[in-house]
Amino acid sequence: MQGRAHTLAVMRATRRLRVIELLPWLILIGTYFLLPSYLPLATQIIVMILFALSLDLLLGYTGVVTLGHAAYYGVGAYTAGILAVSHWSEPISGLLAATVMAGIVGLVTGYIILRTKGLTLLMLGMAVTLLLEALANHFNSITGGADGLQGIMMPPLLGRFEFDLYGKVGYVYAAVVLFLAWLVCRRLLLAPFGRSLVGIRENPVRMAAIGVPVARRKLVIFTVAAALAGLAGALSAQTNQFVSLNSLSFELSGTVLVVLVLGGAGRLYGAFIGAPIYLIAQDALAKSSPTFWLFWLGLILIGIVMFSRGGVLGIVDLLRRQLAGLFGRGAAKIGEAL
Amino acid sequence: MTPALETRGLNRRFGALEVAGDINFRMEVGARRALIGPNGAGKTTFVNLLTGQLKPSSGSIFLDGSDITGLSADQRVRRGLARTFQLNTLLRGLTVLENVQLAILEHRKEGGLVLFGAHAQDRAAEAAYDLLERLRLDNDALRRVSELPYGRQRLVEVAVALALEPAVLVLDEPAAGVPPADSHRMMDLIDSLPSSMAVLIIEHDMKLVFRFAREITVLVAGRILTEGPPEVIAHDQQVRDVYLGHRKHA
Repeated sequence: MQGRAHTLAVMRATRRLRVIELLPWLILIGTYFLLPSYLPLATQIIVMILFALSLDLLLGYTGVVTLGHAAYYGVGAYTAGILAVSHWSEPISGLLAATVMAGIVGLVTGYIILRTKGLTLLMLGMAVTLLLEALANHFNSITGGADGLQGIMMPPLLGRFEFDLYGKVGYVYAAVVLFLAWLVCRRLLLAPFGRSLVGIRENPVRMAAIGVPVARRKLVIFTVAAALAGLAGALSAQTNQFVSLNSLSFELSGTVLVVLVLGGAGRLYGAFIGAPIYLIAQDALAKSSPTFWLFWLGLILIGIVMFSRGGVLGIVDLLRRQLAGLFGRGAAKIGEAL
Repeated sequence: MTPALETRGLNRRFGALEVAGDINFRMEVGARRALIGPNGAGKTTFVNLLTGQLKPSSGSIFLDGSDITGLSADQRVRRGLARTFQLNTLLRGLTVLENVQLAILEHRKEGGLVLFGAHAQDRAAEAAYDLLERLRLDNDALRRVSELPYGRQRLVEVAVALALEPAVLVLDEPAAGVPPADSHRMMDLIDSLPSSMAVLIIEHDMKLVFRFAREITVLVAGRILTEGPPEVIAHDQQVRDVYLGHRKHA
């Protein structure tokens, strides 16, 4: 017998912020003070977390499998970059403009792409990326083409904080943007809207049968995910002060998918785990074996995916259940919020 | 009086195969109607046409007097037409309470909320719990649907449809596969449906059909063979020949 009060309390508790959810932010703060020489890599990791988080909204939560998410990252990156070289270099407004632009492109392309499913959807997503990449390559007077967009100069953030060579300001800037984006995502996913996305992932026919406008909800989240991917792209452009064609590549779409699957899709924190593992492994393996590192990365990925379909977070779950079996519920609390 | 649900000349073809032929069907407010017919008669096709999972080749469907033929499945639900499925289509990874809560949120037009959603969720969870309690499913509220025995899942399927407070409820074989232990609960549940609700039940279990229905429509090869009260249908020679055999009911 669970009882009404208990049941309703459990339901309310699912929305409450748990202590362990503060862990990523403590690590980010710790990194600033303890690992100052790694801040440029850490900034890249933050950008990748944001990008993977945006994909998670779509793939992990709504069940839309796409291989074209780099399109929106690239739109964001080029928008921020082109604005910066065209005398609109104020970072925050540039970031917002890039986010809106990626959202608009997401809305238009999503309207077409989401009418399809399965393999067709996958192909259309890739096709959009290829089209945009070809356009960026073709209009090289604006985008820099294959040489990339160079000469991005960022004025001081808020008129005070100069982007420094050690990447301190860039890191803090990226961390704050990620924090705000995380707040938005968390709010969105725990709200009725977000729960309906999970319902759509589980069974779209059922959701339509309870009156959910499935196509419209999918388009809304596609647009939000595109906007967030654009935000990640813009952040990359501003902190690296460079945009390459790679930001619109199929390869990047694949990378972000690997990052998310590695961490655990549909879990909010999968991106926070997958991105550092991928980029740190890439950094370390590329140093020790510059031409062969992808092999080792592939091996790690196979290991994790074979061991647990839920990525690293899936393994955490597994361990938690084992611990619960051995030591009782107390031990199992660890990692429950993830 | 405007019928709760009506179809006029409803047709559906798959190539040369006619699966629904010129169906003129009418159900009054508060009706208790059973749709019966042998396997392959087109009962589920008819339900899919009514609820928008399938588009008709021609003909019209009216809900409370308004033409809903061009509306999508979710739009029909929002107009007050709910259904259950022959095979469970519940959200298996979610809890029983959440399955019902999501339906309540949509019914209250709060399902798309991002801001101020917490209060709406709490209110919907309370209403969902009340409904589950009424259906004696409250002990399963926090269990995942996938952990429930099949018979219990069928009850949850009906609970989700009831959460939508529909004017017309279509139950597609609600008792199919339900073990005897749970079947009386299903019977009680169906008996207790609000009298203002028009209910159409598709069922093979004749005991349930004759207990529940005040009118029966017999469908054969996608067409209505006959309609009438149970006692008439039970003695209709045509019906006995094609469907009931010579079993005695009523």
